[in-house]
Amino acid sequence: MSDDRTERLRVLKTYKLFVGGKFPRSESGRVYEVTTATSAAGAAGKDRWLANAPLSSRKDARDAVVAARKAFGGWSGATAYNRGQILYRVAEMLEGRRGQFAREVGDAEGLGKSKAAAVVDAAIDRWVWYAGWSDKVAQIAGAANPVAGPYFNLSTPEPTGVVAVLAPQESSFLGLVSVIAPAIVTGNTTVVVASERTPLPALSLGEVLATSDLPGGVVNILSGRTAEIATPLAAHQDVNAIDLAGADAELARSLEEAAADNLKRVLRPQPVDWSADPGTARLLAFLETKTVWHPMGV
Amino acid sequence: MTNPAITNPAITNPALTNAFEYAPAPESRSVVEIAPSYGLFIDGEFAEAADGKVFKTVSPSSEETLSEVAQAGAEDVDRAVKAARKAFGKWSALPGAERAKYLFRIARIIQERSRELAVLESLDNGKPIRESRDTDLPLVAAHFFYYAGWADKLKYAGYGDNPRPLGVAGQVIPWNFPLLMLAWKIAPALAAGNTVVLKPAETTPLSALFFADVCRQAGLPKGVVNIITGDGSTGAELVAHPGIDKVAFTGSTEVGKAIARTVAGTEKKVTLELGGKAANIVFDDAPIDQAVEGIVGGIFFNQGHVCCAGSRLLVQESIQDELLDALKRRMRTLRVGDPLDKNTDIGAINSAEQLARIRTLADAGEAEGAERWAPECELPTSGYWFAPTLFTGVTQAHRIAREEIFGPVLSVLTFRTPEEAVAKANNTPYGLSAGIWTEKGSRILWMASKLRAGVVWSNTFNKFDPASPFGGYKESGYGREGGRHGLEAYLDV
Repeated sequence: MSDDRTERLRVLKTYKLFVGGKFPRSESGRVYEVTTATSAAGAAGKDRWLANAPLSSRKDARDAVVAARKAFGGWSGATAYNRGQILYRVAEMLEGRRGQFAREVGDAEGLGKSKAAAVVDAAIDRWVWYAGWSDKVAQIAGAANPVAGPYFNLSTPEPTGVVAVLAPQESSFLGLVSVIAPAIVTGNTTVVVASERTPLPALSLGEVLATSDLPGGVVNILSGRTAEIATPLAAHQDVNAIDLAGADAELARSLEEAAADNLKRVLRPQPVDWSADPGTARLLAFLETKTVWHPMGV
Repeated sequence: MTNPAITNPAITNPALTNAFEYAPAPESRSVVEIAPSYGLFIDGEFAEAADGKVFKTVSPSSEETLSEVAQAGAEDVDRAVKAARKAFGKWSALPGAERAKYLFRIARIIQERSRELAVLESLDNGKPIRESRDTDLPLVAAHFFYYAGWADKLKYAGYGDNPRPLGVAGQVIPWNFPLLMLAWKIAPALAAGNTVVLKPAETTPLSALFFADVCRQAGLPKGVVNIITGDGSTGAELVAHPGIDKVAFTGSTEVGKAIARTVAGTEKKVTLELGGKAANIVFDDAPIDQAVEGIVGGIFFNQGHVCCAGSRLLVQESIQDELLDALKRRMRTLRVGDPLDKNTDIGAINSAEQLARIRTLADAGEAEGAERWAPECELPTSGYWFAPTLFTGVTQAHRIAREEIFGPVLSVLTFRTPEEAVAKANNTPYGLSAGIWTEKGSRILWMASKLRAGVVWSNTFNKFDPASPFGGYKESGYGREGGRHGLEAYLDV
């Protein structure tokens, strides 16, 4: 690069929330500064400003629940094949943005280029893995029950409903997709609270979801203070379940107490190696078993 | 609406009415011997409560005192949990095939003693002997039989190659199906290798204490099953005890929520089977006579003390008059009275407290403008009784359409389209069960997929089986009991 040529000024992105398929700012008008300060780079004194992320309010959380509820009928009623294809489409769109996500994950988690790229690859592969579960989960979670009488009796899993998901704090992207994909592939809709200090990969994921044929409202992504957003979600009467992956022990306890008010299904936080085989636990956590009886006769 | 009094001659002609009188047909109560007092069953021995407290259990059909049982306090709960913990190591290490044989033994002994236990259950609970004898007891034995077979096949249940038990289960059960709820709790827990501390309901402690004797006869190792009697405070102590790994509760949604709060922030696994306000939906093409039987069984079975009772009748507007005529006609033939009489259809309300609650809600139904109807029905003078009752003109805002009455009270609402039926059926915080009556198969499957309820009975109602998972959506609780699904509640998965 010659000295007389001015370096091109980058066009920066305004990171916004993803709610009901749209990209609003926080209704509160608030933002907070996201930097590399928490990463290894930050520790080495190379603290760098990344973005002003929306600082979501209680009202944003409630709006997101409304969007998620509105989307539930259509998404849970879609065929499993259709949901699987849409999730696979998400993986395709992610693949095309590998570079961008590797940059964001590197900044967020203080990872070098190749390590960040490996994390993004793992995240994309995880989407593909979960996508394939859409039309198989009923076959491992359901049952034909041999009751002692002339009855047809069949148990099938159904999605629980609107799930509030507190994304893991440390794994800004692989952890994030590892909690979203299993919840939605079975037909739930979600309100996701992004990692508090590293929300940018999550907010960018919203841009991918918006272009993957995923109906608006199936995934809603909020950034901000986890406790501030999660508290109204845990107490919300139209939320059916909550994944506490991103809550510390103290917050998890208070959220679980609030969740008891309408008997939300609660997935407690536990140590997870996000790079390991996830198994079916998260997939099965937000399902209800419905058993249908019918008499047999002529 | 036609007047059924005109179409049914038996109603207007006393001579004909008398022709249908029944002679009393009481089951003998000599088959069961109830001791004047019972202690707590801890570590294989009966013992008094540490502080010596006792309470009485009465027969709700006569208000006679049946026995005095110990009121377990914190110290007793702690002792029971420690006994269960001590027993857990050996019990969980037993080969599954050995645990299975204990459970098979228990199933067999229950079958052998089923008449005794049925009479006992009807005495302590107030339910008709026909139900305790033909429904409760056969299902109790079947439940132990079913889970006995799982004990040595856990690795095939879909929960991994070597699924482990949780440890000590604290189990709290209700008074509506005392021994059956015990079976739903204890059979899967033991099959999976857990040990248990179970608290029966305050008003129906006796069959659980008799079950302790069944365990003795089966030679079950000490401490594997511990039975502690007491009121709600005993249950609260048990649920909050730091030494248990699992809470299983069947009962009211209110208490279920309190339990969910209590266990917040702990490692305890929880399953809750709570209240319901099921819609029983009848379409215009339904076979009316079958539907009427299903409606009657749905709400009047066990005096309506059933969490999955079909307490909201949703009838398609075009057949409302015809259906209600037939239903009222059928309700006139229901026999309310002595639970031990083999002809009794509806027994006693379980307690004075429950009777007061039913009365309060029924009065609210009238006060809010619904029309109350009950057949003429002579009720015994002592004991707790409530005639089978239905309300018409009920709106979705009425308390009797929203709150669980847990008694023989049916609220009738109407609908025009399947979509409206689904919307009304799902318009409740509960989601335990639902019923659909129509001859159209595709409509059944469409309705079944739209109803947010854990059990959907189509062209039938209130059917139970140990192989069939049971449990609710939404505020009816979480987890399933019965079937392969029921194992998950007692395994570390």
